[in-house]
Amino acid sequence: MSTTWAYISNYLVYSSMAVFTLAFIAHAYETAFAVRAPHLADSAQGNLRTKTFDYTRTEKVARVATAMMILGFALLFAGVIARGLSAGRVPWGNMYEFSITGALAFTGAYLGALRKYDLRWLGLFVSISVLLTLGTAVAVLYRPSAPLVPALKSTWLVIHVSAAIISGGVFLLANVIAGAYLFLDSMEKKGERAAWAKRLPSLDVLDQLSYRLVAFVFPLWTFAVIAGAIWAESAWGRYWGWDPKETWAFITWVAYAAYLHARVTIGWRGRRAAWLCIFAGSTFLFNYIYVNVWGTGKHTYSGL
Amino acid sequence: MKETVPEIGTVGLLRFAWRQLTSMRTALVLLMMLGVAAIPGSLIPQRTQNPTAVSDIFTNSPTKALWYERFSLFDVYASPWFSAIYILLFISLIGCVLPRAFEHYKAARALPPATPKNLSRMEFHSEWKGSGDELEIARQWFKKNRFRVRELDGSISAEKGFTRETGNLFFHLALVLILVGVSLGSLFGMRGDAIVNVGERFINTPTTYDSLSFGKLFNEKSLPPFSINIDKFVGKYDPVTNAPQDYTLWVTVKNGPDAAPEKKIVKVNSPLTFGSTRVYLQANGYSPIVTVRDSAGTVGYQGPVPFLPQDANLSSTGAIKVPDVTPQLGFVGSFFPTIGRANEGGGISVFPEALDPRLFLAAWTGDLGLDNGRPQSVYRINTDAMKKIGLKSLSPGETYSFKEGSITFETYVPWVNLQVVRDPGKSYALLGGIVAILGLLASLFTRRRRIWVSVNKKKIEVAGLAKNAAPGLELEIAQLAKALGRAE
Repeated sequence: MSTTWAYISNYLVYSSMAVFTLAFIAHAYETAFAVRAPHLADSAQGNLRTKTFDYTRTEKVARVATAMMILGFALLFAGVIARGLSAGRVPWGNMYEFSITGALAFTGAYLGALRKYDLRWLGLFVSISVLLTLGTAVAVLYRPSAPLVPALKSTWLVIHVSAAIISGGVFLLANVIAGAYLFLDSMEKKGERAAWAKRLPSLDVLDQLSYRLVAFVFPLWTFAVIAGAIWAESAWGRYWGWDPKETWAFITWVAYAAYLHARVTIGWRGRRAAWLCIFAGSTFLFNYIYVNVWGTGKHTYSGL
Repeated sequence: MKETVPEIGTVGLLRFAWRQLTSMRTALVLLMMLGVAAIPGSLIPQRTQNPTAVSDIFTNSPTKALWYERFSLFDVYASPWFSAIYILLFISLIGCVLPRAFEHYKAARALPPATPKNLSRMEFHSEWKGSGDELEIARQWFKKNRFRVRELDGSISAEKGFTRETGNLFFHLALVLILVGVSLGSLFGMRGDAIVNVGERFINTPTTYDSLSFGKLFNEKSLPPFSINIDKFVGKYDPVTNAPQDYTLWVTVKNGPDAAPEKKIVKVNSPLTFGSTRVYLQANGYSPIVTVRDSAGTVGYQGPVPFLPQDANLSSTGAIKVPDVTPQLGFVGSFFPTIGRANEGGGISVFPEALDPRLFLAAWTGDLGLDNGRPQSVYRINTDAMKKIGLKSLSPGETYSFKEGSITFETYVPWVNLQVVRDPGKSYALLGGIVAILGLLASLFTRRRRIWVSVNKKKIEVAGLAKNAAPGLELEIAQLAKALGRAE
């Protein structure tokens, strides 16, 4: 029974990777083939070198790309569920499982934000980073499905880890948008945006969007840290012990708190705010990768 | 021209320093500094978590260790510089928040400001012809939607969203509460460890602990007088990966010398609770039970001896000291719950459950050195003044006999490490955590805004103003206008 579910989970994860690859190709096609050679009308105006972008030409492909992202999300979701069924627990026991769930959360954050904002242009980046994460998970981090060690057997696993993974997905999305801001900003500083980048939202929108994502998810991250403390109190005999994972969770919290204060009370906008946002996000990534794999302490559940 | 510097005096200087410290910018810099200051403690081993790694640095690179020590880098989170940063941050925070709380209290009790003369200059302004009794409808609409209302002649000024600042203030005060909880825990708390064999009883007095540390203001009398009988312990392990799957401890607890005994089960995630003291199951191992006799056959020692695990398969080492025979006997031992490969150099355990237990012993005779009053580890023997008798590997029931006497490996029992922690501050920290999240949610998801309605003869006007360009005001005003009978 349990091995069957583990196989099913693996096939679902592989299928989602295939579908994300299709999504990536479709997004790449959309971005590349929307380019249009200079019109005759343009040449009459002397704009011979100006390429234009016509997204109506690639609208169908773009819709396919989004559909593939949704399908990939659904397959990955099923894969994560099957992994949980195979072990009879929530699928958050080792680094492989954290990674596939993290990729799921990131895709989920993107698709969720897509309902409200025009973020389809980000799909190219989202699909490639999800593919890389899943590829690493499958090739390097894979461990057979196994029961949990006693310390992880707690309801708090579900509460603490889900809150941390969802916050992580949204933090990273905010980071990507802040990165896009910096990129487009330096492009605009040098002159005009390149043709393909013209459809992308204005700098103002990007600036606001990354802030809103952080403000939205900061309470959840606070909750994840506090839930972790409550759990640590019952598992390890102390609610806070400056374990490396705890320390970096605290650093991430402080960095985002500083970001929110800098924006709300001091009025930071634009490049400075984007850099601070990226710095805060990288403390989260550092915690996830470095502390899990190379770090010491009580949070070494990577299984590596 | 001569520059004249105005004299500010001591009071002025203090006031200047206070203003600087409590400014938002300083608070923000201190916050960032706190984040940066936390980093070294996660990269350099800390004494509280990994004392072995710290002493390794002292042995391997003493100069580096000395410099680390000078800057308290082995105790970052208790170091003067780390404390300085967070104490300044919290003073700055209190200095920031208290005046704001006072302002906010005044503002919340004051009436909303009067309606501006020219509403068309405000946001989302609209006007239409109405019946003239709209003010009453507006009053009820504001009441229903819980606006604070100021009624003026021919107009209503309404305001909502004070929760934003209230939440913000509560969030910051909650952080102070968390700090108070942490301090109470470290001042009045205690933490102790005791290794107890299955079948034995733990009584909560200072002498029964193997190690005990407590806060500056902790009183030994506040140790609750409970006792715990260790009835049974079972550790289950995965047969393929050897990873632990479950630890269960059955105990009989008495809350005091005269209390009725109660049966309880302890697991890794469910400790025993005695008020603000909790008892955790933190580690386990094995104690071989041995009988040591002298050459005449008189029993010099009989009972379990806890051995300390050295690896995940519970290969354990320990020492058996028998001072009551002449000459004194000592045994340096290794215990393997499931013996794998074994040779003269030693053995290794291949599974943590005791499927095929084996006890390796090196027997020594001579002076154990216990009489000079110097404290010794119970897990090691100082063999300087001793002579080696020989080596032997024993299965349960077997006896190793030699000229000076004999040792019998009768059987074994598991032991458990009980960690007893008293933290009277943790409920304050928890309360602080909960209030912090609620405050944060209130401050991030409510908006402060004003709406005005004015009725002049039959001309109805509505308009609003939102702080921080909060979204959604347009919709709210449209709803009000609809309630007031404005045609779509």
